[in-house]
Amino acid sequence: MSTITRKKGVGAVLWDYLTTVDHKKIAHLYLIAGGLFFLLGGLEALFIRIQLAKPNNDFLVGGLYNEVLTMHGTTMIFLAAMPLLFAFMNAVVPLQIGARDVAFPYLNALGFWMFFFGGLFLNCSWFLGGAPDAGWTSYASLSLASKAHHGIDFYTLGLQISGFGTIMGAVNFLVTIINMRAPGMTFMRMPMFTWATFVTSALILFAFPPLTVGLIFMMMDRLFGGNFFNPAAGGNTIIWEHLFWIFGHPEVYILILPSFGIFSEIFATFSRKRLFGYSSMVFATVLIAFFGFMVWAHHMFTVGMGPVANAIFAVATMAIAVPTGVKIFNWLFTMWGGSIKFTTPMYYAVAFIPSFVMGGVTGVMLSAAAADYQYHDSYFVVAHFHYVIVGGVVFALLAGAHYWWPKMFGRMLNETLGKISFWLFFIGFHLTFFIQHFLGLTGMPRRVFTYLPNQGWETGNLVSTIGAFFMAAATVILLINIVITTAKGEKVAGDAWGDGRTLEWAIASPPPVYNFAQTPLVRGLDAFWIEKMEGKKELTPAEPLGDIHMPNSSFLPFVTAFGLFVAAFGFTYHNDAQWGLPVGILGLLITFGSMFLRSVIDDHGFHIHKEEVLELEKKEANA
Amino acid sequence: MANQTNSGNERVDLAYRRRKNAEEMRHQMIAFVLMILLTLVAFAAVGYEEFSHWFVVPFILLLAAVQVAFQLYYFMHMSHKGHEFPAMFIYGGVAVMLLLVWAFTTVIWW
Repeated sequence: MSTITRKKGVGAVLWDYLTTVDHKKIAHLYLIAGGLFFLLGGLEALFIRIQLAKPNNDFLVGGLYNEVLTMHGTTMIFLAAMPLLFAFMNAVVPLQIGARDVAFPYLNALGFWMFFFGGLFLNCSWFLGGAPDAGWTSYASLSLASKAHHGIDFYTLGLQISGFGTIMGAVNFLVTIINMRAPGMTFMRMPMFTWATFVTSALILFAFPPLTVGLIFMMMDRLFGGNFFNPAAGGNTIIWEHLFWIFGHPEVYILILPSFGIFSEIFATFSRKRLFGYSSMVFATVLIAFFGFMVWAHHMFTVGMGPVANAIFAVATMAIAVPTGVKIFNWLFTMWGGSIKFTTPMYYAVAFIPSFVMGGVTGVMLSAAAADYQYHDSYFVVAHFHYVIVGGVVFALLAGAHYWWPKMFGRMLNETLGKISFWLFFIGFHLTFFIQHFLGLTGMPRRVFTYLPNQGWETGNLVSTIGAFFMAAATVILLINIVITTAKGEKVAGDAWGDGRTLEWAIASPPPVYNFAQTPLVRGLDAFWIEKMEGKKELTPAEPLGDIHMPNSSFLPFVTAFGLFVAAFGFTYHNDAQWGLPVGILGLLITFGSMFLRSVIDDHGFHIHKEEVLELEKKEANA
Repeated sequence: MANQTNSGNERVDLAYRRRKNAEEMRHQMIAFVLMILLTLVAFAAVGYEEFSHWFVVPFILLLAAVQVAFQLYYFMHMSHKGHEFPAMFIYGGVAVMLLLVWAFTTVIWW
């Protein structure tokens, strides 16, 4: 395997990525695919803002606006934010716990391809009649009435496929974190990002099945003559709303908890101080996840559940502010008295605190059920959730990208360009969404494609649109930064920032395929920092150098996911065309056939021999 | 799990493991007999016509829950060390499902 370092052609690189089961390469795949969907979702956001820039605009009218709006939400949540978080989890978590790989490398690859083909299928709807148009929540009474084209079917089938992938990813991380920690890496010595990944994976494991059930019901109703949500035939349209939000509320914690994890790493690293209140951070993370399951109905205060249910869910929701507050104060105290270094990731982290707290405060406002009747379905809600999701999750994604880019690709993103794009994004974000609070309070409804002049909304909407273009400019500069860095960025050492605390910074950037030549011995929280404080440059090994067992690459995950992609097309059209059913069955045959092959073919992986490991390590040391 | 003992020498704790295994076998036998009895009780409850459905259905569900516990703890060794995580996730899942059923019965079909 000394071919690892050989220069490869484009085809070979492509084939390498199509068949890889290496968590670091899967991280690259998640980053690329999630990044592309992020750009797509951002473009849709720009279109929405252009349409709303002035009253009576006709840039996107009626149905088309509904499609763009629905796809913006769906893409950003399912195809951009989550995969990008998965990218960092894949890139970093195995390194942070001192593991050579994840527990199920094959499953990991399968999870990625499921997500990818699900997202691809969803976006094919643009070219095949029309995209889903019932909002990202796709409430049943609305989506069952959407009969002009197959948009909603693309939504139900596409999200089912990508949902399978997400659950696989979660199971993989749970098993990896429980079973594959290096010697000495107890649970209470795990870095916060690993903790967040663990808790998030548990959330995914419990939250995605209700969504899957809801999507299957919806698929039955729309494609196979079911009546789960049809009141005329004894069904109940409210069931969808409950199922969706039982998934949907944990989903926002699935997004925000890893973001908290990223910021925890960044605050500690660039304050050059141990994370303040580590154990209370862990406790708060678990508590937020726990509460996250009993607050879903606060999305449905106006459905008419009655005052008792509303009151219970309101109080439960307000309780979440407590563990979140614990976290905020811990971050502030981490910076307090630290020797702070203002790098680009630290910029995002510092900006995150006030931005996210504003979103949190409006969240508590919305959780008061009586007041929610006023805010409901207005731009106030839009402002609130963009403050938490952009101010929390997107800031974290951008911070994480700058922070771990050198670890993932071995080159440092340009700091000047990074800071320019930060300021543009930060200003643009507040410009876009702050004013929307007031638009909402003065009555502007969400999800409506236009408004009349002289209602006092013109200036606010124009400001909001200008802000959106600031964010677009920031994204363009980030892309330029990435291109420049890839072309001629300076190569970095293992500890790229010089202040790394956790295990990932102890090995080369990018890490060798086997991650750790010798499994490290972990002697406390911030394991690498402890070694550095004792004057050492490397980790204490926990085992002698030996042959390293690695999994073989496989093309089957791609084929398995592709089969479902084909099947989804078949079943979408099986009521309209003769070819529908056969194509659907063919797709399922491809999927189950490749699963069968996976089961019967013996694959024992291969070994990287001790001599080759030594050679690679020596080359790394010289470089 | 036997391979997690401190001693590498199997003979040292042979007597202990013998006793432990015998005890375990006794537990399994008792659980097995109880499970068969519970099954018979379930059949009897359905067969006896005096009982109304409103009694029989919850009663059988209760028996089923006991059967699941026997299965998990006596035959699948969940009582042993090293099963904390599976137990935690099983109970977590059960809790979420109960919450769901409770909410659906009180909020949707009130």
